[in-house]
Amino acid sequence: MRDGGERIHGGGLVDIDRGLISRDIFSSQAIYADELERVFARAWLFVGHESQIPEPGDFVLGRMGEESVIVNRDRDGRLHVFLNNCRHRGMRVCRYDHGNTRKFYCPYHAWVYSDQGALIAVPKLESGYHNELDRDEWGLIEARVSSYHGFIFACWDEATPDFETYLGDHRFYFDDYCELPDGTFGDWEALGGIFKWRMPNNWKFGAENFAGDYYHNPSHASVDQVVLSPAGVKGRHTYDTVTRKREVHKLNICITPEGHTARGELFKDDYDYMPTYQEMPVVEDWFRECYAKRQERLGEKSRWFGHGGTIFPNVSYSNGVQSMGTWHPAGPHETETWRIFLVPKAAPDEVKNVLRHYVIRYQGPSGLTEQDDMENWGYAHEGARGTIARRHPFHYGMGLGHERKGWPVDWLGGDVYATEDVSEQNQRAFYARWAAMMDTPPGAETRRPADIKAAE
Amino acid sequence: MDIGADKALLDRLLLKHAVEQFYAREADLLDSRRFQQWLDLLADDLRYWMPLNYNRPFGAWDGERSAEGRDLNWFDEGKFEIEQRVKQIMTGVHWAEEPVSRTTHMVSNVEAEAADDAIVEARCRFLLYRNRTETETDFYVGKRHDRLRRSGDSFLITRREIFLDQNVLLAKNLTTFF
Repeated sequence: MRDGGERIHGGGLVDIDRGLISRDIFSSQAIYADELERVFARAWLFVGHESQIPEPGDFVLGRMGEESVIVNRDRDGRLHVFLNNCRHRGMRVCRYDHGNTRKFYCPYHAWVYSDQGALIAVPKLESGYHNELDRDEWGLIEARVSSYHGFIFACWDEATPDFETYLGDHRFYFDDYCELPDGTFGDWEALGGIFKWRMPNNWKFGAENFAGDYYHNPSHASVDQVVLSPAGVKGRHTYDTVTRKREVHKLNICITPEGHTARGELFKDDYDYMPTYQEMPVVEDWFRECYAKRQERLGEKSRWFGHGGTIFPNVSYSNGVQSMGTWHPAGPHETETWRIFLVPKAAPDEVKNVLRHYVIRYQGPSGLTEQDDMENWGYAHEGARGTIARRHPFHYGMGLGHERKGWPVDWLGGDVYATEDVSEQNQRAFYARWAAMMDTPPGAETRRPADIKAAE
Repeated sequence: MDIGADKALLDRLLLKHAVEQFYAREADLLDSRRFQQWLDLLADDLRYWMPLNYNRPFGAWDGERSAEGRDLNWFDEGKFEIEQRVKQIMTGVHWAEEPVSRTTHMVSNVEAEAADDAIVEARCRFLLYRNRTETETDFYVGKRHDRLRRSGDSFLITRREIFLDQNVLLAKNLTTFF
């Protein structure tokens, strides 16, 4: 771009082999515009959870890239994701955050659409349009929809593979997230409301941080000195109280070629449940029972305890606080983050309350932990804007060449690499996928290996 | 003129004045970062609640806010949790408030009514201005409903409902107290 020629992302702006990434990818308006076309218009994006729209006619507004979408369950129970945009002049056809309706009514010229997206009424069809408007051609713009264990993803591009293919070997980690604490695929229930807030940084700062950045612990030096964990002792994680009694591998996991990432703990042995909620007998009993059931159900694989990850490009989930967050682009210099939180539907109220109370204080703009993240991302973003600053790339080289495949156990997945403790392997995998997608012209397949050189 | 009515009016004015003085003192404590002393104004059984706001059809106001004790809320907690927030700021490494923001708490439209001998229900509008580091500036504007318990010649806050007039939160965080 600086030389006026065609911009090269992979090997150019994003040099994975050396672990160097240009600051331009965070601050350039031109790159941002291409991201909307080449990444967001082609990727599977998270738009909501089925429990937000349980009944026929239910809808909730979502967002894909910069654009508003309607996520609804039609009168026959089918899920749809529509661009929230009238085909005539682009006015939003729905401006209520959630509700139940059979019709979406445009306030501008009164075009009316059904809950299945059909254009069902147009004023002056006869006197104005002389019956020459083919209503069948002018229904709402609809995205492909995939509900994976109740988590709804949508995609605008027909050339993108189906969601499960898109997920690739990340499936093990996302399945672990989707499972209830007892290891079954039962019902999660989204708590009412969606956290929506603005932060002054490029969307990729949040995505890469949640991808697996155990190195950023200094960000949270303050919260580690106060009481946040629901167990009622110092520390911010539920597992802070228990894991130090266990031998674990703390792992960063990246999935090539899809660029999804996860982080978590692999127990080195089968451990019994460790008391976590001693002050709350109902909660303690429930989690103890779930733990035992999960061990029985999953066997050796129950040794994996995911902490969270990022499904490329902008969906970050956290286990334990059970959140689904999306880093929506809002210009190169701003992100509008949305996040929902879920609780096991069948759990006792005491359990739901503990989880709800914890998540509100952990994540989001009022959360003791994420507040410090956003401060760092905002000023790091400023550091990606300066003329002089942009001459110098960011360093993503930690642990380069030390990624290990099929380690520490062979059941973590096929195209999966792992590193222990701190590493920037996951960020490199994320940006390798990003660069591959950005270098791929519209219409072509975007899945491409990330060329990790595994350690011996 | 009816002397009884005058007495009632005078009582109301005195109560309003007392509440306004209390709010002025509270704002001063917060804006001068005397957080420990501010905590002394909070009752041990405090409920501190700030809901989310939804866009709803005209008249469907019941569902306009997220529910306390059930849904997501920006805040839904008690004094212990507020104390943790104060402690966090005072570690000196709470980067979202280090260096500490400059704040100005404005309180207006105060209405106060004695529910009984012990409890006063107070309503007001607030404008909280925050500026931090160099140019970062946020305005938080909304309504507040407080339940105050008489304590000596002052009050303790036992319940604070904070209604921030925003749907998408425009500030990157909520690290200040309302």
